[in-house]
Amino acid sequence: MAEPGPLDRRRFVLRGLALAASPLLAGCDRLSEARWIARLLQAGEGLTHRVQRTLTRRRALAREFPESARSAVFPGNGTTDPGTEAYQALAAAGFADWRLEVRGLVERPARLSLVELRRLPARTQVTRHDCVEGWSAIAKWTGVRLGALLDAAGVRPEARYVVIRCADTMDGSGEPYYESLDLEDAYHEQTILAYEMNDRALPVAQGAPLRLRVERQLGYKMAKYVTAVELVAGFGHIARGRGGYWEDRGYEWYAGI
Amino acid sequence: MTDGPASRTWLYRHTAATRLSHWITVLCLLVLAPSGLQIFNAHPTLYWGERSDAEHAVLALRAVTTNDDEIRGVTEVWGHRVDTTGLLGASTEDGERVARGFPAWATLPGSQWLAMGRRWHLFFAWVFVLNALAFGLYAILSRHLTRDLLPGGRDLAGLGASLRDHLRLRFPSGEPRYNVLQKMAYVSVVVVLGPLVVLTGLAMSPWADAALPLLPALFGGRQSARTVHFALTFALIGFTIMHVFMVTVTGIANNLHSIITGWARVHHHGSRDG
Repeated sequence: MAEPGPLDRRRFVLRGLALAASPLLAGCDRLSEARWIARLLQAGEGLTHRVQRTLTRRRALAREFPESARSAVFPGNGTTDPGTEAYQALAAAGFADWRLEVRGLVERPARLSLVELRRLPARTQVTRHDCVEGWSAIAKWTGVRLGALLDAAGVRPEARYVVIRCADTMDGSGEPYYESLDLEDAYHEQTILAYEMNDRALPVAQGAPLRLRVERQLGYKMAKYVTAVELVAGFGHIARGRGGYWEDRGYEWYAGI
Repeated sequence: MTDGPASRTWLYRHTAATRLSHWITVLCLLVLAPSGLQIFNAHPTLYWGERSDAEHAVLALRAVTTNDDEIRGVTEVWGHRVDTTGLLGASTEDGERVARGFPAWATLPGSQWLAMGRRWHLFFAWVFVLNALAFGLYAILSRHLTRDLLPGGRDLAGLGASLRDHLRLRFPSGEPRYNVLQKMAYVSVVVVLGPLVVLTGLAMSPWADAALPLLPALFGGRQSARTVHFALTFALIGFTIMHVFMVTVTGIANNLHSIITGWARVHHHGSRDG
């Protein structure tokens, strides 16, 4: 047998270190699965939410960039094509038959076409999209202000959250994507349902024909392939009850950090 | 009443506030560093500026598959590639080699679990910040900062000699007060690294960026802030390694005794307040 080379020795040392640390790490992994730890750590989210909202100007706008700051490539994360027959049929017709449903705790439920949406007060903004994974990309978005849409539908006083329903299911889980935001974020000036990205109709990879933009939160909040805007008093009855597809899988409902 | 000869060799070196704050910081760093690496692993690439343009990566931990279907880890620094299989880019998890930035033993949780990594990190970030604020307030009000930590003119005059002694591995031990290099190391952590690591962390928060646009701008953009946050982590790890080394070589038993109970055995120089 040959003498162990430096690489083997390095590997040996690394393996030794890993072995020595493994009981400690296994302990930490067990902690991560303990329910009381999860509950304790979740307290951090409530604290962050309260402190960020209390200490900052509630209507502060996310920074808007010059058009020259836009990313050449904007990653399409999560679903990049819902792939269902119904969706493909809609896409093939340029979403002429697609409708956005406004429902739940509203005075005037509605079903709106893209043409009708384009008649509502719109906003254009060049903003930075921050993914929970760590990357950032900048694009120009144009869409209807969610606040204007809600005013047109008449929000009933008992409504507290806006649930965004989507056409896509993630990872073959069969569970449709959805998100929720409170009325404060829904009425924020930069919160829009975007039908255009970089001066063109929203591409399929970015959620055609309509995606949510909530500029002061992370990317997973900005649901794509939107089919309905639903006003609710609470979201505990929806899916696993945590207010969103990723929230149901352990991510924070308050995605401002 | 006169003190016995034995009692005179003991000095109350660390107040309860300092000791408590020290051990809370230890706990925080033990959680924050590995959970931070877990979060980093979700996108193990660093950039400069606001955007994460793939072609402008500063550091990237990638996995590549060879012709023999072997996964190898590659670390890219400004375009220079190094094979780091087993450590960075690709390493063994549950007996199998998988693509991952940092290896399982360096992350919390060990397996890829971004949501849980964020929960650990963002909770202990609060513990770290509140502890740091409390310690900062205490250090200013009790004059611990000005009296014990900030190096004075006399300290700085002895900087050269102290540096020479340290480089010859001749360390002062059992001195009643911090030496100049110690003061500079502690002050740089308390006044520079600590606040910067919190600010760069906060600069990654889209909500904080909207409220305080100066915050990301201070570091040249959100992606720069992320890169600086990462670098500061390793600066803090470097400090910790050096700190533990110095604690060990200058009398580990006495040092541990003093950071736990407050009392350290000191050499006698005649006058107590040298």
